[in-house]
Amino acid sequence: MEDSLNMNPGQNILEALAAEPKNLWKRILIFAVVLAIAAWGATSVDFNGITQSGAKIAGSVINGIMHPNTELLFNLTTDGVPFLVLQTIAIAILGTIFGALLAIPISFLSATNIVPRPVAMIFRAIVLFIRTIPSLMWALIWIRVTGPGAFCGVVTQSICSIGMVSKMYVTAIENLDTGILESLDAAGCNTFEKIRVGVLPQLLASFISTAIYRFDINLKDATTLGIVGAGGIGSPLVQSISSAKYHNVGAFLWALIILVVIIEWLSTKIRTRLAHGRQ
Amino acid sequence: MRIEEKGHVERVKARQAAAKAAAKREPLFDRIFKPETISISNGNTVDRPRSRTPLILAIFLAVVWIAIQATGFSLATIIERGSELGTILGQVLTPNWEFIPQRVIGPLVETVQMSIVGTLAGCIVGLPVAILASSNINHNKPTLLFFRFILSIIRSIPTLIYALILALIFSLGAFAGTVAIALFTLGIVAKMLYESIETIDMGPFEAMQSFGATTFEAFWSACMPQIMPIYLDSCLYCFELNVRASAILGYVGAGGLGVLISERTGLRRYHDVGAIVISLFLVVWIIDLISDYLRSKLQ
Repeated sequence: MEDSLNMNPGQNILEALAAEPKNLWKRILIFAVVLAIAAWGATSVDFNGITQSGAKIAGSVINGIMHPNTELLFNLTTDGVPFLVLQTIAIAILGTIFGALLAIPISFLSATNIVPRPVAMIFRAIVLFIRTIPSLMWALIWIRVTGPGAFCGVVTQSICSIGMVSKMYVTAIENLDTGILESLDAAGCNTFEKIRVGVLPQLLASFISTAIYRFDINLKDATTLGIVGAGGIGSPLVQSISSAKYHNVGAFLWALIILVVIIEWLSTKIRTRLAHGRQ
Repeated sequence: MRIEEKGHVERVKARQAAAKAAAKREPLFDRIFKPETISISNGNTVDRPRSRTPLILAIFLAVVWIAIQATGFSLATIIERGSELGTILGQVLTPNWEFIPQRVIGPLVETVQMSIVGTLAGCIVGLPVAILASSNINHNKPTLLFFRFILSIIRSIPTLIYALILALIFSLGAFAGTVAIALFTLGIVAKMLYESIETIDMGPFEAMQSFGATTFEAFWSACMPQIMPIYLDSCLYCFELNVRASAILGYVGAGGLGVLISERTGLRRYHDVGAIVISLFLVVWIIDLISDYLRSKLQ
C-alpha cells in the first residue's frame, strides 16, 4: 500500500509544488503597499454623491444615445454631422502630413549617425519640449495666433505630431544599413542616386507606417481639440452638452464612435500590409 | 477526327477561361493601364506593370486640396501672426518659478492621486472583462462579441468627453475625472490583455483539467502566471498615459492641474503656464523612471 502510494504519478508534482519558493509575505507586503498608495490617492478623490440633477442628466444622455437626432446625422450643410466628420478627418490628415514632413529634417538633425552629438542633443531637447506640452495646451496657445476654427486644429496637430513621429524616425535613421551606401559609392553613384536607391527604400516603409499610426492618434485627438474651439466634431458636441441638447449629443457620439472604429480597423490593416507585404 | 475536334474546342475554351481568370486576378489598375511589354534579346517578352506613383500622387494631392478647403488652412496667417507664437513660447520658456510652490503643487498632487485611483479601478475591472473577452477561454460567442463591442465603444470615446459628461453628473471635481480615467484605462488594459491572453499556452490548463481540477482552479494556476506579467505591464503603461491625460482633464472642470491651465491661459499669464509645464514634466519623468524600474523587476 505504501509502495503504491509512492508510485502515484502525482507525487512528483506535489514535490515540485513543495519546492516552489514561498513568497506569501512578499505578496502581502506588495498588496499592503498598493493598498496604502490607493488609500492616499483616495483622500482627494472624495465622492460627493450624484448632483441633484445628475441622475436626470445621466438618464437624458443615455436616452439621447438611444435616440440620436437623425436629422442632424444626414444634414448636408456645414452644421451637419457629415461635414463635421469630414472636417475632423481633414484636420487629422493635414496635421499628420505637415507634422510628418516637419519631422523629417528634425529627425535627421537629431540622429547621432548623421550629425555630431552636441547638435543631435539640441534637437532632441527641442523635441522633448514639444512633447512635454499637452496637445490641448498647444491648441490654447495657437488659438491666439490663428483664432478659433479648424485651422487652429491643423497647426496644433502639425506641431504635436513632430514629437512622437520624429522619435520613431530617428530610430529608423539610426538603424540605416550604411554598407549599402559604401557599395553604391564603389559603383560610382552620386549623392542623389545614393539617396534615391540607398536611403529612401530603407526608410520609406517605416516613415509611412509611423505617419499612419500617428494619423490614428491625431484623429482621436482632433475630436477633443474642438473643446477649446479648434474645429472638428468636438466643438458642436461640447456646445450641445452644455446647452443640454442630448439628442444632438447622441448623434455626435455615434458619429464619433463609428469614425474611430473604422479608422482603427483601416490603419491596422494598412500597417500590417506595410510590415508583411501584400497577402 | 470528330473526337479530336471536340477535344480541341474544349482546350480552346479552357484556355480562354484561364486567360479570363488571369485577367480577373490582376488588380484593377493593371487592367486599365496595360503593362508595358519588353522584349528581351533572346526573343522572350516580359510584362512590366506601369508605375503606380503618379496615380497615388494625384489621389494624395486631391485629398490634401479637399482637406485644405475643409479646414480653411492659410499659410499667410501663420507668416503674418507667427511672431505672436514666438512671444508666447518665449514667456513659456521663462517660467515664473515662484508660482510652483504657490499654486502648482496642490493641483499636481491631486492630478497624480486621480490617476492612481483611476488606473487602479480601471485595471481591477479590466482583468475579468479581458478574460471574458478572449476567445480561447470564453467559448460562448454572443457574450464574447458583446464584451468586445462594449470595449471598442468605451475606447472610441475620448477621455475629455467622458470627463465633460461625468462632471455634469457627479458635480465638478476630482471624482468625475477619476471615473473618466478609470473608463479609459478599462478600455485599453482589457484590449491589450485579451489580445495577449489569446496567445498563451493552453497546454497546462488542459493538463490540469485532466487531473480533475475545476475550470477555475486550472485557470488560476495554469493561466494566471502567464497572464500576470503582461497584465502588470499594461497597467504600468496605462498609468504613465493617465498622468499625462489627467493633467488636462481639469479643463472641463474634472479636477487636477487642468483647472489651473485653463485659468492661466485664459488670463494670458504664460510665465505661469511655463511653471506648470516644467513641474508636469518633472512629475511625468519621475513616474516614467519608477515604472521603468518596476517593469525591469517584472522580467
